[in-house]
Formats: sequence, structure tokens, C-alpha cells
Amino acid sequence: MESGMAYEKDDLMINLKATELRLGLPGTEEETNEDHHQDQSSLSSSALKNRKRHSPEITREEKSDHDGEETAPPAKAQIVGWPPIRSYRKNSLQQMKKSEAAEISGMFVKVSMDGAPYLRKIDLRVYKNYPELLKALENMFKFTVGEYSEREGYKGSDYVPTYEDKDGDWMLVGDVPWDMFMSSCKRLRIMRESEARGLGWGV
Amino acid sequence: MKEAKRKKEAAGTFPDEVLERVVGMIKSHKDRSAASLVCKDWFNAERWSRARVFIGNCYSVSPEIVTRRFPNIRSVTLKGKPRFSDFNLVPPNWGADVHAWLAAFADKYPFLEELRLKRMTVSDESLEFLASYFPNFRAISLLSCDGFSTDGIAAIATHCKNLVELDIQENDVEDRSGSWLSCFPENFTSLEILNFANLNSEVNFDCLERLVSRCKSFKVLKVNKSINLEQLQKLISHAPQLVELGSGTFTQELTANQHSELENAFSNCKNLHTLSGLWEAKALYLPVLYPACTNLTFLNLSYAALGSGEFASLLVHCPRLRRLWVLDTVEDKGLEAVGSHCPLLEELRVFPYDPFDQEIIHGVTESGFLAVSYGCRRLHYVLFFCRQMTNAAVATIVKNCPDFTHFRLCIMDPGQPDYLTNEPMDEAFGAVVKTCTQLQRLAVSGLLTDLTFEYIGKYAKNLETLSVAFAGSSDWGMQCVLNGCPKLRKLEIRDCPFGNVALLSGLEKYESMRSLWMSACNVTMNGCRLLAREMPRLNVEVIKEEGSEDSQANKVYVYRSVAGPRRDAPPFVLTL
Repeated sequence: MESGMAYEKDDLMINLKATELRLGLPGTEEETNEDHHQDQSSLSSSALKNRKRHSPEITREEKSDHDGEETAPPAKAQIVGWPPIRSYRKNSLQQMKKSEAAEISGMFVKVSMDGAPYLRKIDLRVYKNYPELLKALENMFKFTVGEYSEREGYKGSDYVPTYEDKDGDWMLVGDVPWDMFMSSCKRLRIMRESEARGLGWGV
Repeated sequence: MKEAKRKKEAAGTFPDEVLERVVGMIKSHKDRSAASLVCKDWFNAERWSRARVFIGNCYSVSPEIVTRRFPNIRSVTLKGKPRFSDFNLVPPNWGADVHAWLAAFADKYPFLEELRLKRMTVSDESLEFLASYFPNFRAISLLSCDGFSTDGIAAIATHCKNLVELDIQENDVEDRSGSWLSCFPENFTSLEILNFANLNSEVNFDCLERLVSRCKSFKVLKVNKSINLEQLQKLISHAPQLVELGSGTFTQELTANQHSELENAFSNCKNLHTLSGLWEAKALYLPVLYPACTNLTFLNLSYAALGSGEFASLLVHCPRLRRLWVLDTVEDKGLEAVGSHCPLLEELRVFPYDPFDQEIIHGVTESGFLAVSYGCRRLHYVLFFCRQMTNAAVATIVKNCPDFTHFRLCIMDPGQPDYLTNEPMDEAFGAVVKTCTQLQRLAVSGLLTDLTFEYIGKYAKNLETLSVAFAGSSDWGMQCVLNGCPKLRKLEIRDCPFGNVALLSGLEKYESMRSLWMSACNVTMNGCRLLAREMPRLNVEVIKEEGSEDSQANKVYVYRSVAGPRRDAPPFVLTL
């Protein structure tokens, strides 16, 4: 993989911040993204085609108030006995997934992208650092990641790369040292910038 | 005297034996019930000639009443707990213990041959009792039961010399070891149906192989995950006459030789019409099945996470498929293949691979369902788990397939509207009940207002079973159903805004129904007490849970009974 000019700077920046740990949400509250709205036409074709898939996300957020449940993108509280699946089948599914996971050697994590019809899996061990990972994600899902800054996160893109760590928290990709990221990353989600904004993440 | 007798005969009275013989030929329970109401003679002919009894709610009647009325029963089917117990909504030790029934049967039906139990609690002691006291015992089937371990199954295998059927399906069974299989005596040859897919422990393969070889009439064999492909090949070579096969784990490194032996074994199974199991089936091994698929009518892939590609390739070889169960890993593309290759399909069940993961945007959608409806016009049974649906799609689906008798749609996010229009899903279910006049069973989901229930009450005249969750706007919805559906027998409701007014509007209705379940609705203890007082022949039970308010009746189970209130209710079940 070639590392383009654009990445050298990011590489340096990320390395410099390598030892800094974050508590709480990064970035500022303020959003000025009229520019992004004008960019609807520049949405990747896959996102356009899957425009319809955006609705469930929106509806969930709108409904959050009347459901009384949290709006954070990670899983909502599970309801007892829902969906209605017999325990035997539930247990079998869990076992199936365990053996599926056990088969795989490597550090495969699922990658989802808002608006994409299906998930992908990547082996984190293939990449040596953030720029490589980000480049691979960009190629896989046909988007650009924008410029990372420690204070403001990713700027200049419709999408923000995030990941779920071992504690179940959703973190911005790039904040912690690469090795720490590798060992704590459970899955990746390329979040639409408009949603990230809704959570108060500076983009 | 002679003249009087001749006159009596001329009047058309049959000797009892003849009447019994004739009524004895009636098989259907409904017809028998009808016959028994004609007159006293017919009532007696029916009760003496009846060999099989079906009890849909074990608490609706008592063992004493059953054994008193029917002296010659050989086969009993018993169902126990409310269906929502499958989804953990009923606390453990609720009841439905089979033992009292077995004790009564040992006394009155010592020649009992068959026992089929669903959602009953069965202990190892009960299974041992069964194995010891019924010398003619031939068939046992346990579905969604709990309370027993493999030790109980060992008792059956050890003592039931004439066993023909051992069917252990989707139970909560304590799997201590696979040694039960080795308990079948070496001279035992009567087994025809063996299903132990539910159990995980490894069994002694040599024992199994010998068992299959010596039981010449083996028809149904469903093994568990511990059986690999090489072992499967040996088993089916001994029993090419199999009609139903459930494989073990369908993945193993095979040599080319083993591969072709397996293929040959499958191509010798000319009578196979049902195939299941296929745990961890990999695309690589599926082709060995192809020769056995020609006459397949039921394919159960619900434990095999196949992708659309290998699934479609398999379907090409199954043109006669009538029933299909799959995981949503096959996605819409897989369902398109169903529409293309299975024109005779009558039943489709699509289960979710990731039911609890809400961020996943895959699985099946309305397009897959539509594709099936265009290709499979005979579809009449569907169970469909999905994450998005539209009113328009459902309307088209039922237009293509108006013969639905069972329509169970589960949009997995509770209260989710039509994802394109953002409207409630009322019109979808409206279309279902308006178009599918033969509808017997309906399960609704998504964002639904009272309008859905108005439609159901107005149009679903053949509806017998209705399941409702997270739906409706007010009491009116439930009232519409209770007032409108003349054939309603089972109504199960959870998490809906229906309260006492709705509950009490069904006063006269409940005696014509098997049961009503309401949980997490707005029903209070007072409402339940009122119902109990007005309708003494109903059992009104409230399941009290810790931490719930005293005045609220969080889980209510109402059912008709001729046996009076339960005598075995645990402390947390209040009979009002």
C-alpha cells in the first residue's frame, strides 16, 4: 500500500499524541457544516443507492424520546423475550458464532458503514499503523476519512471512523496508540458525520 | 315381543358394537367431539372407541376426568405452559408437570403406547416411571419441555423393549453424557424414529452404527453435532431407506475417497424427503447432498449459516421443495433464488442469525419476501424475521399469495414504522386480513395503532391464534378483536396499552377460547378479580413477580377449565 503525501502529516501528528489518553468525548461542541450539506451530490454512489437505509437510523433517533431508550448508537437495552426466539435456538446461534470465531486465526473485526447494505471483516494484523488501516477502509467503502486532529477529530469528510472497545464504549479511531487500539478494538463503525455531530463530536 | 323387537330394529337402532365400529373410524378430534354430542348412544360409542386424545391445555381438564370418560386410550398428546414461556416470560417451576398424568395413566391406561408432550415439565423420575409401568410403550416425543436429563432418556432406552419412536426436540434438557444411547439392548430392533439433535454430548458411535444396522425399519434419523461426515456416511449406508435425515456437523477435512463415498451414500437415499441438521455446513461439502435432494420436500437449514451463493446452488437441486427453513444469512439474494427454483413452496421460515445486534444492516428485507411471493404462489405459511418492512410490500405479497393460513411477521425493532413512508404498519396487516380469508394464525409487529385491530376484528373471520407485541393505542384495539373474531382460540399479548376495559370486554368470549395471555399491559388486580368473579368457569391466574406493584397484574393467564382452579400452583401464581 502506498502512503500518499496526505498521510505523512497525519502519521506524525498521531505519533506525537501517542501517549495521550482521552477521557470523555473528543472535539468541540460547535458545528458549522453547511459545507457538508451542499455536498449531498458528492455522496458516494453506494450511499445514494442505499439512501433508503438511512431511515431506520433516523426513525430510531426520533423515536428515542417516546421509547424512553437511549439514542447512543451502540445497542439499546435488550428486551426480555424479544425477538421471540426459543432458548434452544438462541443458544445454538451463540455456539455457532463462537465456533466461527474460533476458526479464524488473526484479528478479524467487523466493519460496518452507515448506509452500506452489509458488513465487512478485516484482519487488523495486516496493518501496521493508523494510516494503513484508514487507507484500507477508504478503499473498501469508497469514502475519504478527512484530516485527523487530536482536538477536533476528523475534519473534512462525510464519515468518521469509530470503534467499539473492550468496555463496550464507542471511541474515535486514532486517539490511542496503535498497539493499544489493536488489542482493544472489537469492531469498527464508519459513522456518518451528521450522526457523529449529533453526539457532540467535533468534526 | 318379536313384533316389538322388529319395530325397534326397523326404527334404526344399531347394536352398540356396530355403532362403535363406525364411530371408531372417525379420526379427527373435531369430528369425534361433534359425534359425541349427537345423543347418549353416540357419546358412548365415541368414548369407547377413542384411542387418541389431544389435550391442548393440561389444566383445562384433569387426569381423572379424562380417564373416566375415555377408557381405551393408547396415545396422549399434552400441551402445558403458555407459549410465551418459550421466550422466558414464565418463571421456572410454574407447573405443567406430567407426573400426575402418568400416575393416572399407569392405573387406567396400562397399555398406553404413545406420549407427545409440548411445554411440559418432565422429570427423570417421570421418564423412569414411564419406562417401567407401560410395557407396550412405543413412542415418546418431547418438544420444548424441561426438567429432565439424559439419565431419564437412558431409562427409556433401557426398559422400553418395543420402542419405535424417540423424538427429543428443542428441549431444555440437562445433557450429562451421551451414554444413554448405549443403553439400547443389543437385541433391540424396533426403532424407526430417532431424533437426538437436541443433545450435544458425544454418543458411542459404534453403538449407534450397530443400532442403525439392526433396526431394519429405520425411517427417521436425526443425529447431533458430535457426528461428523465420515460417520454420517456410514450411518446412511446402513439405512438407505431413510425418509428423514438430520445430519451432524457438516464440515470435515475429507479425502477424495471419503468425499465420493459420501456422495454415493447420499445418492442411494432415494426416499429422502426431509433434510435437517447441517451444522456449520460449508459451501465445499454441500454438493454431496445434491443427488439426495431430488425428492426433498422439507429442507431445514435453520442451523446452517449459509450465504446466498451456496444456498442458491443447493436450491437448484430441490425443485420439489414444499417447506423451507433458513437463516437470514442467505439474504435477499438467497430468497430470490427461492422464488426462482421452488415453485411448489408452501411454507417458508426465515430466522435471524443476529437477533440481538441492532446495528447490523443485513439479513433479509421486504425485497426478499416479495421475490419469494412472485415465484411461490402456493405459499401459505410464513414466519419472517426482518429489520425493515413496508405496507406496500406486504400488500403485494398477499396479492401474489392470497392463500395464507399462517402469517407471522416479526419486525425485530419494536414499534418500527414502514421504513419508507414512516407510517404505521396498519395497512400491511389490513391487507393480510382482507385478502387472506383463510387466515388461521397471525403474528403482528411494527408500529401499529388500533386500526390494525379494527381490521382484524372486521375481516379475520377464520382467525384462531393471534400474537401481539408492542402494538395498539388503546383498549379499543383489543375490544375489536374480542368482538370480531368468531373463531379466536388463543390470544397472546405483551407490552400493549390494553387495560381492564379491554380485558373485561371479552367476558363471554373467553369460554369459547383455549386461553388468553396478557403481560406488561395495563391490567390491574381488580380488573382480574372482577373477571374471575363474573366467570367462575375460567381460571384467572396472575403471575406475581418480585418488585412489581401490588395493584398491577403484570402477567395474566386466563383459560377455561372443567377441572376448577389448579391445585399445584406455586406461590407466585395467584388464582383469583
